[in-house]
Amino acid sequence: MSDLEKHSFDVVVIGAGGAGLRAAIEARLAGKKTAIISKSLFGKAHTVMAEGGAAAAMGNVNSNDNWMVHFRDTMRGGKFLNNFRMAEIHAKEAPDRVWELETYGALFDRTKDGKISQRNFGGHEYPRLAHVGDRTGLELIRTLQQKIVSLQQEDFAATGDYYSGIRVFSECTITELLLDGDKVAGAFGYYRESGEFVLFEAPAIVLATGGIGKSWKVTSNSWEYTGDGHALALRAGATLINMEFIQFHPTGMVWPPSVKGILVTESVRGDGGVLKNSEGKRFMFDYVPDVFRAQYAETEEEADRWYTDPDNNRRPPELLPRDEVARAINSEIKAGRGTPAGGVFLDIASRRPADYILKRLPSMYHQFKELADVDITQQPMEIGPTCHYVMGGVEVDPDTGAAGGSVKGLFAAGEVSGGMHGSNRLGGNSLSDLLVFGKRAGEYASSYVDGLGAARPAVAQSDVDTARAVALAPLERAEGENPYTVWHDLQQFMQDLVGLIRRKAELEESLKMLSDLRERVARVSAIGGRRFNPGWHLALDLRNMLTVSECAAKAALEREESRGGHTREDFPAMDPKWRQVNLVCSLSPSGEVELRHQPVPTMRPELLSLFELSELKKYMTDQELDAYQPAKDGE
Amino acid sequence: MGSVRHFRVWRGDTDGGGLQDFQVEVNDGEVVLDIIHRLQATQAPDLAVRWNCKAGKCGSCSMEINGKPRLGCMTRMSTFEEAETVTVTPLRTFPVIRDLVTDVSFNYQKALEMPAFAPPADVKPGEYRMQQVDVERSQEFRKCIECFLCQNTCHVVRDHEENKVSFSGPRLFIRAAELDMHPLDARTDRKDFSVSEQGIGYCNITKCCTEVCPEHIKITDNAIIPMKERAVDNRYDPLVWLGRKIFRRDQVQS
Repeated sequence: MSDLEKHSFDVVVIGAGGAGLRAAIEARLAGKKTAIISKSLFGKAHTVMAEGGAAAAMGNVNSNDNWMVHFRDTMRGGKFLNNFRMAEIHAKEAPDRVWELETYGALFDRTKDGKISQRNFGGHEYPRLAHVGDRTGLELIRTLQQKIVSLQQEDFAATGDYYSGIRVFSECTITELLLDGDKVAGAFGYYRESGEFVLFEAPAIVLATGGIGKSWKVTSNSWEYTGDGHALALRAGATLINMEFIQFHPTGMVWPPSVKGILVTESVRGDGGVLKNSEGKRFMFDYVPDVFRAQYAETEEEADRWYTDPDNNRRPPELLPRDEVARAINSEIKAGRGTPAGGVFLDIASRRPADYILKRLPSMYHQFKELADVDITQQPMEIGPTCHYVMGGVEVDPDTGAAGGSVKGLFAAGEVSGGMHGSNRLGGNSLSDLLVFGKRAGEYASSYVDGLGAARPAVAQSDVDTARAVALAPLERAEGENPYTVWHDLQQFMQDLVGLIRRKAELEESLKMLSDLRERVARVSAIGGRRFNPGWHLALDLRNMLTVSECAAKAALEREESRGGHTREDFPAMDPKWRQVNLVCSLSPSGEVELRHQPVPTMRPELLSLFELSELKKYMTDQELDAYQPAKDGE
Repeated sequence: MGSVRHFRVWRGDTDGGGLQDFQVEVNDGEVVLDIIHRLQATQAPDLAVRWNCKAGKCGSCSMEINGKPRLGCMTRMSTFEEAETVTVTPLRTFPVIRDLVTDVSFNYQKALEMPAFAPPADVKPGEYRMQQVDVERSQEFRKCIECFLCQNTCHVVRDHEENKVSFSGPRLFIRAAELDMHPLDARTDRKDFSVSEQGIGYCNITKCCTEVCPEHIKITDNAIIPMKERAVDNRYDPLVWLGRKIFRRDQVQS
């Protein structure tokens, strides 16, 4: 046991995407000795896949934009289930977080007067997304990566050691959080490269591990997205909320089969692309729901005028929030109006000149040319829904990012946290979310450490021994199932039974399948040694995938309505009573996922007053409105 | 649709290894990385390979395919003849860890030694103003996905381990050029740094790096040549030399 590599830090950030890097920067700026644990190489995290941009109401393109409009759009997009305080903080702080990136060296596309350019996106009333062509996520992660290098250079100048203030542990996976009573004491994991174990002792941990998409077959997510942070949090006594809400991005590639699910940016629609069925019909006009009817165009003529005259025309319905567009595409395909490969057409070729497309969407051009032999300046793309983002996640304090439940010293930011996006996230709100709440998590993790003083929680040797035994188990089982087979089965039934459209009987079946799978996961075996062994790594990830899948399926069965990223065929309408309910997951001592109802926090009157009463009526119960109205009348 | 193809994949670790033969199913539209994944799922669960996005955006799955540095996710199987053997080996310039995974820490070390963006002292956040035409030159270099194929193919280090100490490689030359051309970077010594610390002078402009770049960045023409030319101007202009002696403005600080 004495050979175990040990490190001691003030703040350990698990995850090296946008939220993790931003949290680590803040912790280091607060003077905390900070570690970043990266499941992949530094700079490869899933944030690089974000294409469209970061939403921030800077008002550079349309000066009518401000935080209140952004807040309103975010609440509408999430169908009013969002944690209003998170949506408020996000809308207020996003501009500062974006501007700050320029001081780190980011180079966004510019407006004519030299400011950061902003583009249109689904659900956003004004052009709001700061962007760099369609590779904004890459710019963001590289900028944060380079900022961390610059901090390491400062530390080198001061101490002669690049790693004295902030250190990145690449290709390192955390398998367990270790507690001292109810306080975080450390994290245990392994290096992919060597298979050796490593212990991080730290009083504060920030989870920034991203999402859970690898439990679905058709997904835009990379191999890392196995719900590690969600599962680590649960096992440490934290709670998850809103796990039934999974965003199926409307536009993933559908052909060739090997790239099915890979993301096609919403910017294609923001920049003029339209959706057509196999009959050539621009079908989105048939799918504008009542709650959004006032804001979206009714004719193609009006929709097309909007691009050049947004003040006097309403938005094209292709720019409805993602949940609406994904369902519409699904309905068209089901009605037999899909393409041969099982999608619909996304056409920008017939609507914009080739040089404009190349300038605005260079990486989409590249992606389709190289992977599908399709020239998007000449031909339409074939696209369909793909599992993209989980709205649910660790229940956090909206101001500090501190995890709910019984654990102290645990923080979460970015996709792994829940509440900010309610039942559906708007495009562009993810990059801004991870900057805003990444910074806050780093800041408040640091002040939590200050508050502890000299009394640091200690890691128990017995917990380390247990974590080691659990991690080694798949390697030590001589006879057992191939982890890849188990994983593919999980992906298939989650796709079929807990997908875009859900039904009671199928959800019940999924829970039975998950319970069978639990036994299979416990028996998987990995052949080979400990050095960079993907089969072994998958065997360990499976445990987390199983837990988060169970949370998603249980919550989906419980919520008997349709809202955002949760559509029940047997309960197709939105129900104001359910808007008042968050479903909270926790883990029983025996490892069972438990579910309870919890009220959604009530929005403050001054925030409610940002909406017309007629709009609130579409979402809220009469009792809620009765309680609100006196305040409004009194103004 | 499907056919069975012959693959040879290098397997081994720091103690050595060799090419292993596989017969493996290949379907319409697949890329080399799909085939590596199929081998993992069906024949070799512990076959080590790096990958993330599978869409040419993260630069993780760099490998050598029939001797050419490529991204596994962007190399379509349809580019090979039906009967052609596909040989997949790890990047040659970096030490092998296991199978197709190499130790690329050289690149991160060089990045650590490259002075970061220096923000202008008198411009507040939110007040940065730059014209699109002025940011575009640097933006080209910021497309870099850090796949390190350029580093791998550059003959200055590919077969000369000893040059790694004094040579940073094309990836870091475009980083230097990006900062040199950044409209608001406060440092004025980017070119001198490239010459004195990064070893840009070793490059003899064979453009191998440009050829392998999956992002089609014109590394040689747009970054290395301008950096070399202007570095030469600076270093041999007697007035600049005199000014430098007097003001010492070009000292490389870290």
